[in-house]
Amino acid sequence: MTSVAESPTVAGEACTDDYLSGGWSIRSWLLTVDHKRIAWLYAVSITVFFFFGSAAALLIRLELITPAGDLFSAEEYNRLFSLHGIVMVWFFLIPSIPATLGNFLIPLMVGARDMAFPKLNLLSWYIYSLGGLFTLAAVIAGGVDTGWTFYTPYSTLFSNSAVLAAAVGIFIVGFSSILTGLNFVVTVHTMRAPGLTWMRLPLFVWANYATALIMILATPVLATLLLLVGLERGLGIGIFDPALGGDPLLFQHLFWFYSHPAVYIMILPAMGVISEIISCFSRNPVFGYTGMVISIMAITLFGFVVWGHHMFVSGQSMYAGILFSFFSFLVAVPSAIKTLNWTATLFRGRISFTAPMIYALSFLELFTVGGLTGIFLAALALDVHVHDSYFVTAHFHYIMVGGAVTAYMGGLHFWWPKLTGRMFSRAWASTAAVALLIGLNLTFYPQFLLGYAGMPRRYHSYPDDFAILHVLSSLGAGVLAIGYLLPLIYLSWSLRRGEPAPPNPWDARGLEWQTMSPPPVHNFKETPVVTGGPYEYRE
Amino acid sequence: MSEPDPKPPAIEDPDLGLQLIPDQASEYAAAVDYLYFALLGVSGLLLALLFGLVVVFAVRFWHGVRRERGPGLAESRERRLEIGFVLPLTLSFLGLFYWATELYVDLYTPADPDITIDVVAKQWMWKVQHPDGTREINTLHVPQGEAVALRITSQDVIHSLWLPAFRLKRDAVPGMYTSAQFTPTQTGTFRLFCAEYCGTDHARMRGKVVVLSRADYQQWLAGGAAGASRAQEGGQLFQRLGCSGCHKPGSSELAPALEGLMGSTTELADGSEVVVDEAYIRDSIIEPQKQLVAGYQPIMPSFSGQVSEEEIMQLISYIQSLGNGGKND
Ligand code: HEC
Ligand SMILES: [Cu+2]
Ligand SMILES: [Cu+2]
Repeated sequence: MTSVAESPTVAGEACTDDYLSGGWSIRSWLLTVDHKRIAWLYAVSITVFFFFGSAAALLIRLELITPAGDLFSAEEYNRLFSLHGIVMVWFFLIPSIPATLGNFLIPLMVGARDMAFPKLNLLSWYIYSLGGLFTLAAVIAGGVDTGWTFYTPYSTLFSNSAVLAAAVGIFIVGFSSILTGLNFVVTVHTMRAPGLTWMRLPLFVWANYATALIMILATPVLATLLLLVGLERGLGIGIFDPALGGDPLLFQHLFWFYSHPAVYIMILPAMGVISEIISCFSRNPVFGYTGMVISIMAITLFGFVVWGHHMFVSGQSMYAGILFSFFSFLVAVPSAIKTLNWTATLFRGRISFTAPMIYALSFLELFTVGGLTGIFLAALALDVHVHDSYFVTAHFHYIMVGGAVTAYMGGLHFWWPKLTGRMFSRAWASTAAVALLIGLNLTFYPQFLLGYAGMPRRYHSYPDDFAILHVLSSLGAGVLAIGYLLPLIYLSWSLRRGEPAPPNPWDARGLEWQTMSPPPVHNFKETPVVTGGPYEYRE
Repeated sequence: MSEPDPKPPAIEDPDLGLQLIPDQASEYAAAVDYLYFALLGVSGLLLALLFGLVVVFAVRFWHGVRRERGPGLAESRERRLEIGFVLPLTLSFLGLFYWATELYVDLYTPADPDITIDVVAKQWMWKVQHPDGTREINTLHVPQGEAVALRITSQDVIHSLWLPAFRLKRDAVPGMYTSAQFTPTQTGTFRLFCAEYCGTDHARMRGKVVVLSRADYQQWLAGGAAGASRAQEGGQLFQRLGCSGCHKPGSSELAPALEGLMGSTTELADGSEVVVDEAYIRDSIIEPQKQLVAGYQPIMPSFSGQVSEEEIMQLISYIQSLGNGGKND
């Protein structure tokens, strides 16, 4: 953005009224309505859940080093992967970028003082925490063994585990998604600074806006579904179990009607982050801004009509399968356009390989592999073979970890100076980013091979012949752990000891960089006036 | 109800070595692999293109290279570049879609099978019954060169039968019949898995497919010494459960005659018509009032809870064996 009223004065300003100077008392955090502090509440909570979920993943990988199920009993193993899935999907991935970076940055990027509904924003964090407590209760009550997918009638009538507690937790956390989504939509619609037209919005805002729409439209279906599961499990009302006159496929339709768009809740914000980073570190405007916006909205729309691709062998009719396959091929096109445009943004740039940029380029590799293998799964006859195999596990981890988590890490580093007012150690950050890239490929690439070779998902023990690939994958998980632990250490360290950050250390063009680091309580001294696009790196 | 199920045998994984491409034990398997290779080729090409560009750009346009970088890509080129990339990509996607769909349709609309084997899944075993009555658990013997249809259901939760060597997978859904058909071309022992998570011992719900030559298969069946065929067992049940009291051979006074029922069209009391298949017969036994046959009183009792899934399949085999008694064609 070219013109911001107060930007020239910022550098000399004493940082006394930044949003952190308001105090560190528990009260000042737990009762805050400042979107920037709420972002931190989320950041801390999701980090706790992330390490919780990762610990489960590490134990799973430990068990799978040997073909026999020797480290854990089958019941324990099933609880581990269920916990891993539930925690990672609902308590980390879905809130990750929107609730932390989105919460912090959207008001800054649109030049607003706060979200449209600051109190609702805080409420949504409390709802999230309440949901988290229920999930914790489910774990203490012995855990859940249904997988994160809760397929019926297993979850309703056969599982002897804390299904209800877990379902209540997810039901509750869904409302926090809805409220966050609502806040984003209203903020973007009504609080843009003068001159900030829709087509001048940073792609990060567009992506979060689209995500918010999905949250609002899809989450109620999940809530309804969980309610129905509760009715069948708690009261024996036949909805999904054929023995009670229900239909087990109905569950799958409703579940994936939410859960496929949920994938886009995870990946769209990631795409937004990547656009900002690549543009900044190649000193080029994002190539094909309009195409990018159209792609985001196309993904949002098409994302709602592909859910049946999870059901190609479920007993769904052949014709439904064909239709869902067709749409699944189509939904890949806008993602391909985005990848093309990111690559073209590098052309004739001035590229610097900072840590955020290494994360962004890693994203490009990982997301492309994840996306292309999605085509394999959309292809009907191939899906029949690899459905519910490790091929699928590999595919969605490339998208969700390789894509969403890598972008989250990239974004965290990119905006860290703005978030905290401190710089991190560049050397350590680059090391961690490279470790992540290696770890991810080493963990999940062998799983593609395993899947086609015939290894089913969610197996506690397996035929000996698959061992070598499992060992490689477990090794990769070790490297991955380093890639996640390092940032935890050096970023925490930088909070106190890091060099103070200038307002705009990357010389970026976004509105959020035109105010001081960390930003003042009300973000801008004066409401900025926007006169140009968000990526004017070439002047 | 029926006698309790025997314990499943200990798991003996066939020792096949690590096969990144599993055995191609049917022509269909080979056809699926071609598609796989084509997709690997397309993805490899796209990845190479992407990596190539990223590396070249990274080197040429690294900020340390002090060279005039030239004007950026004009926005006016945007449409052209995007369309030039997306059009061929979309076309190749459509081609792949067509190819994969054709194979899928082949799989879902097979010709009449030579032999139909019943498979009932339960936590945590696969129960198999051959037409001659022979039963086995977690192992599936099939004859080479014959079109084998599997009639699959589950008696509890959802399972999924996966035969990697045949690139074949179908869910076993309670209350529903699914089917999978394949023609083995290669004798040998292959893997069999449950692919849909089904509870504690999901990972132990695995076994093997043994493809035998036709002669060996017959010999193997004979060795099983099944007393009665599947249809005969169904016939005995038909007597024992009292079906025969109402459904008398050749008479349709009290209840419709069942000769020639399978595959025929039945008119229902509400005026609609249904083509009789396995699912319809199963419904008639479990929930007779759901689809009442036109012209009859709703007197048939529900046998829900009195017959096991295997027994229902035997009754179906029996009714099927009654052949064309005169109804319709
Ligand atoms: C009390 C008499 C009675 C008994 C016992 C009985 N049925 Fe029936 N069944 C009927 C009548 C009457 C109908 C037609 C009305 C209806 O659809 O319920 C019928 C319908 C059917 C049909 C559908 C026929 C069609 O033309 O569409 C099938 C299949 C069937 N019965 C199978 C069985 C089997 C198998 C058993 C034993 C497990 C059995 N029935 C026991 C009376 C009986
Ligand atoms: Cu999906
Ligand atoms: Cu299973």
